[in-house]
Amino acid sequence: MAGPVERDRAALSRPANPLPRWLVPALAALPVLGLALFYLWPLSTLLARVVQPDSITDALRTPGLGRVLWFTLWQAVASTVLTMLAGAAPAYLLARYRFRGRRALLAIVTVPFMLPTVVVGAAFLALLPTSWHGTARAVIVAHVFFNIAVVVRLVGAMWAVLPHDLSAAARTLGASPLQVLRFVVVPLLRPALWAAATVVFLFTFTSFGAARLLGGPAHPTLEVEIARRATQLGDVDGAAVLSVLQLLTLAVVVWWSARWQRRSTVHFVGNSAPRRAVSAHERRVVAGIAGVTTTAMLAPLAVLVSRSFRLGDGWSLHAWRTLGAAEVRPGLSLGIDPLASLFASFRFAAVAAVLSALAGGLSALAIASARRHGKLLDVGLMLPLGTSAVTIGLGMLITFDVAPFDWRARWWLIPLGHTLVATPFVVRALLPVLRSIPPGQRDAAATLGASPARAWLAIDVGHIARPLAAGAGLAAAISLGEFGATTFLTRAGRETMPIAIARLLGRAGELPRAQGFALATILLLATAFIIGVAERQGALDARSS
Amino acid sequence: MNRRHLVLAVAMATSLVAAGCSSDGGSDGAEKVALTLVAYDSFPTKDTPLNDALAEFTADTGIDVSIVIAGDAGTMVTKAVLTAGNPEGDVLWGVDNTLLSAATDADIFDGAPAQVDFGDVCVNYDIAWFAEHGIDPPATLDDLLLPEYNDLLVVQNPATSSPGLAFLLATVANSGEDGWQQYWSALRANGVEVVDSWTTAYYERFSGAGGSAGDKPLVVSYGSSPPFEVLFADPPRTDSPTGVAAATCFRQLEYAGTLRGTRHPVEASRLLDFLVSERFQRELPLNLYVYPVNTDVVLPDAFTEYAVVPDDPFTLDPATIAANREQWQDQWNEIVLR
Amino acid sequence: MLAVRDLVVRFGDRTVLDRVSLEVATGEVVALLGPSGVGKSTLLRVIAGLLTPDAGAVLLDDHDITTLPSHRRNIGLVFQDEQLFPHLSVGQNIGFGLRMQGLDRTHIAQRVAELLHLVGLDTFADVPVTKLSGGEAKRVALVRSVAPRPAVLLLDEPLSGLDRELHDRLAGDLARLLRASATTTLLVTHDHDEAAGIADRIITL
Repeated sequence: MAGPVERDRAALSRPANPLPRWLVPALAALPVLGLALFYLWPLSTLLARVVQPDSITDALRTPGLGRVLWFTLWQAVASTVLTMLAGAAPAYLLARYRFRGRRALLAIVTVPFMLPTVVVGAAFLALLPTSWHGTARAVIVAHVFFNIAVVVRLVGAMWAVLPHDLSAAARTLGASPLQVLRFVVVPLLRPALWAAATVVFLFTFTSFGAARLLGGPAHPTLEVEIARRATQLGDVDGAAVLSVLQLLTLAVVVWWSARWQRRSTVHFVGNSAPRRAVSAHERRVVAGIAGVTTTAMLAPLAVLVSRSFRLGDGWSLHAWRTLGAAEVRPGLSLGIDPLASLFASFRFAAVAAVLSALAGGLSALAIASARRHGKLLDVGLMLPLGTSAVTIGLGMLITFDVAPFDWRARWWLIPLGHTLVATPFVVRALLPVLRSIPPGQRDAAATLGASPARAWLAIDVGHIARPLAAGAGLAAAISLGEFGATTFLTRAGRETMPIAIARLLGRAGELPRAQGFALATILLLATAFIIGVAERQGALDARSS
Repeated sequence: MNRRHLVLAVAMATSLVAAGCSSDGGSDGAEKVALTLVAYDSFPTKDTPLNDALAEFTADTGIDVSIVIAGDAGTMVTKAVLTAGNPEGDVLWGVDNTLLSAATDADIFDGAPAQVDFGDVCVNYDIAWFAEHGIDPPATLDDLLLPEYNDLLVVQNPATSSPGLAFLLATVANSGEDGWQQYWSALRANGVEVVDSWTTAYYERFSGAGGSAGDKPLVVSYGSSPPFEVLFADPPRTDSPTGVAAATCFRQLEYAGTLRGTRHPVEASRLLDFLVSERFQRELPLNLYVYPVNTDVVLPDAFTEYAVVPDDPFTLDPATIAANREQWQDQWNEIVLR
Repeated sequence: MLAVRDLVVRFGDRTVLDRVSLEVATGEVVALLGPSGVGKSTLLRVIAGLLTPDAGAVLLDDHDITTLPSHRRNIGLVFQDEQLFPHLSVGQNIGFGLRMQGLDRTHIAQRVAELLHLVGLDTFADVPVTKLSGGEAKRVALVRSVAPRPAVLLLDEPLSGLDRELHDRLAGDLARLLRASATTTLLVTHDHDEAAGIADRIITL
């Protein structure tokens, strides 16, 4: 018999008429320009301005830096591992089962991710026993809470497309449920597992709020140290050097993990739709996982909400009733307008959503259509996530100070900062959809007379319309809760909710603090609502469209 | 369906951008000068009597004042240093004595900064707790080392908290630049709790604060904290639940000045003069929780009754602070946290 | 001997299998014929243990295996769309069941080579399954299920979707293979000629 015929199925469907060469650069132009203008330029200006050879050696020789680096690294690894483990069961549940309240559960899992840690951190702290305050384990547990959404969504999205029959086939070949998991499911989930682990590592490595609030003074992370140098010690060059160090470390980790992520263009065949739990055992499993997950995720949020009703030793609606009022007591005002911050936040979120959808959509299309350069853009878009907000904010301050670029006082710089942070998420939501389009569809369009560009327009762009709307929703939610970059760009009259909340929580008096929690509750509900709506559009359901 | 969504999105975006642009405050046609006051995050931006005073200034002089909140005090100074010569605003409010050297070294001010207010960072105590346990609250810093005050004190990390730093400086002034390290070793041995921020210390760990579930009766806070316990008490009360150990206080001074590079130096000077005038300064106690430098101001009753202004608080020369601060913070870290 | 007694399966208010009974003698190849949608695949899944019936029993050599989990039944199922493991090579796919049985690597390699030779794919051991043509994939799926020497072999439309020439060639291969392994086999198809060519007996559902 003849040897294997190298009939690569993918090769059979490689289009004979490739896309016009100007298409990808045209798509990528806007995102690349935005990235260069609003990220690379401020960052390099700051570095050029403050860093001298001495400052590099000075910063690196700080006593205690080694300890900070080590702690940042090991807590990020531990957090990542624990988050992956904690997210496995909910991911499985949401991927494989249909049950009442499924969308609600997904929203509940996602909301903490979007909320600013300064807001939820206080409530989280209240839940933990006092012996846990200021410990590394408190930080790690908080990280699991905040980042579990990443695992549930990324891993869950891929799990949801694994055909049921693959596991069935394994079972008929004698594999026990555990063996199915080990030999079939996990190997096939590997790209999603590595992607999720990388993102969680990114967030926990650059953790600021959780580390400060829960780890306390004895457990600073690199990000905390950067902020301290810049804002408390006036050592901006030291901060900038450390920020570069942080970025380089992350770049190494991301590059290393990318080698483990086989680029999976596997097209699965067969039904993978979630189904209702049938047997009593199944129903117990579903109820169990759903119950534990809901309780664990809701507890800190419930504490947050309840604190808005506590004044003195009793319960009261006073904080809520006076939320819009300027004067809380005759002669006493707070000087913070919570309701104005609400409107400011929503306005910024809408703008950020549109900008992120634009940048994210163009980027995703470019990345999906280009192979090698696509990867470059993908990584480039992630850079702002791994860069300290301090350095971005300060960089913008000194870069956009002279005409024609004197933008530092402009209102739109804030939603633009949000866009820098939200775009990678939009891209992450769109890419799987684009990559799962069977190549045959474009060929079909070609045979119907469409030029390659028109076919691409009809098919690729058509496919992302719905996930794009959902991605925009995600961006809006992220914008609502963004704190780090906003604190550096904020100006009076345009405070966002997180800023207003942080100020209220930091004020003297328990009434302002209760109001802070009341505003936080509003933020929580708004975020949950937006995510719920985005769910309806099937944001992270890779099979949607 | 897709096209309709697209049109809707574009329409929404356009209207939002337009709305945002209009909220930017278009330039007034007339020759009205608009000044920007750069302040820290606890400075109110609207609705308080402080803002009303500024509005009066505008009405009298025709000079508009808008406020830019640059973050906490440290961030604000860092930003000012980075933008020296091309500043974000015209007048800066709120450089305190721990940051003054950094500010003047970087030449951010046009001329000398003026002192605008002062406050004290002191050990506050829970009156009820001490009465219950039949002990006298500590009076001096050295008292805190006594065994009867074992495990009762909450302090803040000087690296992240302004009152925390002030307390550290108090101990340096008290025990000397060579003796404070020993003081802190002893304090650590006597059980001191360290937290990150004043808010955590005061509202989560201090037993005397309204609404707090904390159990520590001693905390590093402000000399003006007791009046606020009374003012914000719900239900209202006529006695203060907390007291201040006057001999533990460190004097914090705040300064304001016109920024170098401002386009309106004359108007900025007028604003600066206003900031130290009685009209403005009388609003400071209840709105910024600090004491005015202007001696013409009559303090509110709550302050005269419940607050303590020590005659002889601890102080340190700003230049000394600037030179040693980082080193002291690192040493403190080693002694207390390791 | 495989026996099914009064099997009832309902999906919602639709009764897919209504008191179905049949028997397959040891070593016999039986074809189950019927149009699409009549429940043939469902029946196979119940026998394989992938679906629990609402009523009725499945018996293997007089043991009631109705509630026995699938991986303990030693009943193989060849899926209509093959369901080859995309992350494994041809050889790894075929050796999967043997690996689950705990055989050592040498024995697995031996058996895999044997089976590859049987279906004329001798040099395909290390080929990734994503590079197989339709006919090659079906052959691999077949020997994958046969490899662990199951007590019963179930085939769900094993030759569907193939062109005439390939279909006939594979039908011949299949018939040979089944006869050679002498496994109790239940084959589901809608093609009467195919059934006639391969099976000892035909049942209509």
